[in-house]
Amino acid sequence: MKSKFTPPIGKITQINGQCISLIGNDIDTDRIIPARFLKCVNFDSLGESVFKDDRETLKGKHPFDLEENKNAAILIVNSNFGCGSSREHAPQALMRWGIKAIIGESFADIFYSNCIAIGIPCFTLPNKSIQEIQKNKDNKFLFLEIDLKNSLANSKDLSLKLAIKESSRKMFLLGEWDATATLLENESLIENKCNDLPYLEFNSYLL
Amino acid sequence: MSQDTLFDKVWDLHKVSSLPGGSDQIFIGLHLIHEVTSPQAFGALKDKNLKVKFPERTVATVDHIVPTDNQSRPFKDNLAEQMIETLEKNCLEHKIRFFNIGSGNQGIVHVVAPELGLTQPGMTIACGDSHTSTHGAFGSIAFGIGTSQVRDVLATQTIAMNKLKVRQIWCDNKLSKGVYAKDLVLHIINTLGVKAGVGFAYEFAGPAINALSIEERMTICNMSIEGGARCGYINPDEKTFSYIKNKLCAPKNEHWEKAVKWWKSLKSDEDSIYDDVIKIDASKVEPTVTWGITPGQSVGINQQIPLLEELSPNDQLVAEEAYEYMGFKPGQSIKNIPVDVCFIGSCTNGRISDLRVAAQVLKDKKVSKNLKAFIVPGSEKVANEAKQEGLDQIFKDSGFQWREPGCSMCLAMNSDKLIGNQVSASSSNRNFKGRQGSPSGRTLLMSPAMVAAAAINGKVSDVREFIK
Repeated sequence: MKSKFTPPIGKITQINGQCISLIGNDIDTDRIIPARFLKCVNFDSLGESVFKDDRETLKGKHPFDLEENKNAAILIVNSNFGCGSSREHAPQALMRWGIKAIIGESFADIFYSNCIAIGIPCFTLPNKSIQEIQKNKDNKFLFLEIDLKNSLANSKDLSLKLAIKESSRKMFLLGEWDATATLLENESLIENKCNDLPYLEFNSYLL
Repeated sequence: MSQDTLFDKVWDLHKVSSLPGGSDQIFIGLHLIHEVTSPQAFGALKDKNLKVKFPERTVATVDHIVPTDNQSRPFKDNLAEQMIETLEKNCLEHKIRFFNIGSGNQGIVHVVAPELGLTQPGMTIACGDSHTSTHGAFGSIAFGIGTSQVRDVLATQTIAMNKLKVRQIWCDNKLSKGVYAKDLVLHIINTLGVKAGVGFAYEFAGPAINALSIEERMTICNMSIEGGARCGYINPDEKTFSYIKNKLCAPKNEHWEKAVKWWKSLKSDEDSIYDDVIKIDASKVEPTVTWGITPGQSVGINQQIPLLEELSPNDQLVAEEAYEYMGFKPGQSIKNIPVDVCFIGSCTNGRISDLRVAAQVLKDKKVSKNLKAFIVPGSEKVANEAKQEGLDQIFKDSGFQWREPGCSMCLAMNSDKLIGNQVSASSSNRNFKGRQGSPSGRTLLMSPAMVAAAAINGKVSDVREFIK
């Protein structure tokens, strides 16, 4: 049994953990969390259902079921990871399983912004580097120390320069990835903008 | 960097501020919510002791979890009942307009908002659903968001977002008879790939797009996200304006002229600059069917499932996974693959014009034996209109089940699900593994007309043989 889940909070500057590889392009959010698990009014119990159908198909051989991966925190994926549905349940399920950061070839847009919004940094690496990590048989015991300040991932004998959107990196370093408070700071600008919009006056339902 | 496109104009108009990290704070003109992605957002508001800032700018309906056979309350499924009750409670508490079952205006959120006239050119529209791109058909900038961003919109009516690049997809010539918007968009996704749109908004333009009805344009924009583009749009024209006119929430009286004048000013300038331009020849598009596990894996009805070596190296990994999952052989014809279930509905193709096309094909025909076929209208309005036109009777006579409105087997959150490794011919938008409710279920995406043809023959067929 995993230890109790505690969501990230505040500044995120360093993430250390064991890597877990998941091979495949275009892994969609329906696979990360099948739709039937969306029938809930909170995210609490999603962790155990992550990749549920893929895991059942592989009968214990899915990376998320392997004993050696049970403490993994850094997910290594290929391209267009998280495509499809906008369900935030997908990164929420990964996070509740234990994932704290994702390194991949590329990410789908909505999945990426959902990850940022809940405090999971997503980094990219070229296809070649990802495949090298994934091919490495010892990868199951690859521990990385990710340093957000310098966008570096280091292990005993590996040093990787990670790419991340500058706006996302700054948000984590400043502790502003949970955007509500930052957005609310501009309350008067928001009200002015609302009053300036040309379509306000001719929208009957808004009155 | 793009300049003077509709996307640039609408983005700039709604920009509230530049945030410290470098992204923009964007005002959301219309926020749509439903029962699946909103409860946690309302929960977060409560936790943070925040109110809904502009309740009149959020509109709710219920679609994903509603049963389509028996909608009497409480729902048989306790979890579904709990979700609708939570939405009812949240809307009541925060004074949000809610189009519930029986209101005459309930339905799939992306069907409902346009038919109410809520969706208008020049707006920013957000919803906790990836198919929000649908609304771009009106020249609005519409995109899907996650639950944390739903919370942000509720609390501030804004979100933090990086400006997208703009790719114009210019569609020359026009679609031939028996070829529909669904075929065109599947063809575009196949041509560009499922991740080409990441970081982009897609502007669909050109003679083939201009020739489409508004509902067909919605089908195109709806599936932008399947090509990786969070947002897809089409410049508004006279068709757009006349579609909106006289709708419940459309501008009225003296406001109408003012609105149209403003809407006309929004379209991309003739000399606007795009980050990328792609040309597609619409006359070359055939009725298109997916054979794999991503919406990009499709072929024309007279083509074969591609061989591995015919695909680019980047596509080979997923193709191998698809061959194995679907149980089809590389080189096999897509035509004549037997189907077990036929589904017409969804935010992609559950509108009245979709039902009319399907009814045309099915009139005086019978659904093949041993096949389950059902129609789920996109909304209560679509259902009522179909009944007035007698379409429901045509469907029932043919052997299709006629259901109540909702998302249904597009994502199978209600009891409409594939069983085992059944093959479905589906007018929906995603053929992902397990998408239609069975972990081994197989989905072939196609136009509603093609689903109707498949239903009659019990196998994948060319609808053009039915509409000579």
